[in-house]
Amino acid sequence: MTTITTDVAIIGGGPAGLTAAATLAARTSVRVLVLEREHEAGGIPRHSDHLGYGVRDKHTFTTGPRYARRLVDEATDAGAQLLTKTMVTSWGEQNGLNITSPRGRDRVEAKAVILATGARERPRPARMIPGGRPAGVLTTGELQNKVHLYHQEVGTRAVVIGAELVSWSAVMTLKEAGCRTELLVTQHARPESYAAFNLGGRAMFRTSVATRSRVTQVLGCTRVTGVEIEDLTTGRRRVVECDTVVFTGDWIPDHELARTAGITLDRGTRGPLVDSIGRTNRPGIFAAGNLVHPVDTADIAALGGAHVARAVEKHLNGATFPSGGAVPILARAPFKWVTPGLYEPGLPAPARGRLETWVTDHVRAPRVTVRQGGRTIARRSLPWPASPGRVFRIPWDLLKDVDPSGGPVELTL
Amino acid sequence: MTYDITIVGAGVVGTAIARALSRYDLNVALLDAANDVGQGTSKANTAILHTGFDAKPGTLESRLVRRGYQLLADYAARTGIPLERTGAVLVAWTEEELANLPALQDKAVANGYENCQRLTAEEVYAAVPDLGPGALGGLSVPDESIICPWTPSIAYATEAVDNGATLLLEHEVRAVDVHPGGTTTLHTTQGPVTTRWLINAAGLGADVLDRALGHDRFTVTPRRGELLVFDKLARPLVNKIVLPVPSKLGKGVLVSPTVYGNVMLGPTAEDLDDKTATGTSEGGFEFLRTKGEKLMPVLFEEEVTTAYAGLRAAIDHGDYLIDTDPDQRYLLVGGIRSTGLTSSMAIAEHVESLLQDAGLTMTAKVEVADPPLMPNIGEHAPRPYERGDLIAQDPAFGEIVCFCERVTAGEIRDALTATVPAVDRAGVSKRTRATNGRCQGFYCGANVDACITKHLQGAPR
Repeated sequence: MTTITTDVAIIGGGPAGLTAAATLAARTSVRVLVLEREHEAGGIPRHSDHLGYGVRDKHTFTTGPRYARRLVDEATDAGAQLLTKTMVTSWGEQNGLNITSPRGRDRVEAKAVILATGARERPRPARMIPGGRPAGVLTTGELQNKVHLYHQEVGTRAVVIGAELVSWSAVMTLKEAGCRTELLVTQHARPESYAAFNLGGRAMFRTSVATRSRVTQVLGCTRVTGVEIEDLTTGRRRVVECDTVVFTGDWIPDHELARTAGITLDRGTRGPLVDSIGRTNRPGIFAAGNLVHPVDTADIAALGGAHVARAVEKHLNGATFPSGGAVPILARAPFKWVTPGLYEPGLPAPARGRLETWVTDHVRAPRVTVRQGGRTIARRSLPWPASPGRVFRIPWDLLKDVDPSGGPVELTL
Repeated sequence: MTYDITIVGAGVVGTAIARALSRYDLNVALLDAANDVGQGTSKANTAILHTGFDAKPGTLESRLVRRGYQLLADYAARTGIPLERTGAVLVAWTEEELANLPALQDKAVANGYENCQRLTAEEVYAAVPDLGPGALGGLSVPDESIICPWTPSIAYATEAVDNGATLLLEHEVRAVDVHPGGTTTLHTTQGPVTTRWLINAAGLGADVLDRALGHDRFTVTPRRGELLVFDKLARPLVNKIVLPVPSKLGKGVLVSPTVYGNVMLGPTAEDLDDKTATGTSEGGFEFLRTKGEKLMPVLFEEEVTTAYAGLRAAIDHGDYLIDTDPDQRYLLVGGIRSTGLTSSMAIAEHVESLLQDAGLTMTAKVEVADPPLMPNIGEHAPRPYERGDLIAQDPAFGEIVCFCERVTAGEIRDALTATVPAVDRAGVSKRTRATNGRCQGFYCGANVDACITKHLQGAPR
């Protein structure tokens, strides 16, 4: 067993981890080590082979794989060390990390750790959808891996569960694999993704969307033969024949390492509870990207990585941050979660100066209310709609009147 | 080629019998309709090695479970079948159940098991702190254990093949002819198989095969049991098997740790007509949720990793139905319900003696293969990814393919090239746990499939 010492260990080589690595390595002389369990770094964009990447962070419009390669190049060019096929399997003493790779079983010791392990879609069993256990049931992640990385075949007729951005991404991948999408199914009254995309998507793929509907059963013994769909308004059920079902959205952070470190999790996101600079409750352990906002787009994850990297840089330089007087930020319905979940007076604003939230219902003209101790401390109408299936952003300055000793802050719409 | 003995059904019972008989100078064939061993009832059960404390005293089942417990525990220690002696706590939730405990303890003693202890409510909560409120008392069963339900069939079949037995998978029996001259022909989907002796260990199909031989003595009712498997992060909540007080309807719903480090809740018990109905149901999930939220409310704050349903072979008969018909050179091993995993090796031993009694010449082989060393897929001992020594010899054991279950490329390769190899994703999952984890293939599904395709294309079948 070898011990590798570094200043910063970044767990996860996706957009957040790689951007954090590039930021730290470019600005400082600290040693940065990125640990990536896949064969190649780059994260989810590696297998999202379509346009739409890099808009906010790189001010470009490119495909997922190209974006992923650019992030890898930038991190390594800046001097960060990248270990692929390397998985952190447990914690050692004092934030030490036990890793497994084809080189063996080793240990990493770092002054600071950034968790950037991302998020994934809940598969069918986690959503407790009954029926047979046939082949042909996938998540978007597995579908894109199959099609774009391994060039494997999928079926010929698919039903996609969900109608958010990632669902259309699944539809595009299916189309490329020669599989027609028969139907998208969403519990919401309208598809969750952007209106323009829905119109374009429907026209481009000639796919219909069953709104206010849910899948009640997967049919088939060896291979999927169909799904049973229930109309939530009428209660009527019908069977849609297909040989492939893709479960999209319904995100859960990959929080195993956070949990086994004993880090406090946010009840809404299920990722680590962090303050505006990405600190967890374990000293020296930070978190960034879709692990703390399951999920936002890759460019936002990347900018979050850069933001946390700057805080880590200051941490390594011995800067003392305020600590201990954090005010919890609580998401009330229709918010499902909010991040950061802690307001620490005196700290810089979160990445891009915004709180991120997720809503369960569509609100066309949202008016955000901030309450503390039963008192309304801010209220503002925002010019963008709140829609399930994508992040709803709230300016951080709405919290400027928070009383550090006034107890939890509640966010409502 | 005429086999001396052909066993129909390569479940845990059929493979155990094949293993036992392969140690004699006999040509043994083991037949199954599926493409892998242990694909029927054996695949989906509650994965418990039973002490047999609550069996019906005096039955064959009681005797074989008790004996089988020892035999399988010893075999597991030799072969590396994952097994953990967690112990069980039987919990009484009503006054009536509480009043039943002394009788259960007496029954355990009558079954030859004397280690049960009565527990107060406080002791129950000390043993299982996260149990829901309302437990009135309990009974400890310190030797009840959890076991991997898949590895035993594979280990038995491997040892049988190592000893020269012939494994005939994807051979579905369509008809049987018993010839007066001393042979029997099984007409299978892949042609006829001729044998001197026939052993029916066909599980859910045992009654059908029995009728094909002209008998009419029992009916198998598929009893569906649905189970929920919770995330590994829930494992600290459940360190013991938590049993309900059994009722007439069966053993009821239990919460149990698994040898893979998950938590399991189930099973339901629902008699069906369809022997292929291995799907889960809305009603089953609802039932498990209702039961589970009472048993351990905090469990439902954890993620569900998977859900499955198994069919146990319930029969209209109070005991195992094991019977020889020397005229037909036929032996029935029927009605082996959920205790069959525990009793499998004892059933095989019993079958050996029945065959000897029936006049079959059985000479022990001079040389037999050692029991195989099975790959460890349990959390009771270091897994390959944790073993620097193994990775140093073979870097493929350091290449983690399935992140949730930490399955390495080396293990997947070994599963595909084993004596009884995996031939598809389900087979690889059973042998390595790849794709069985919390992401269910989000990260690794395509990679695992690629490993299988690569192997199958490279290896002539």
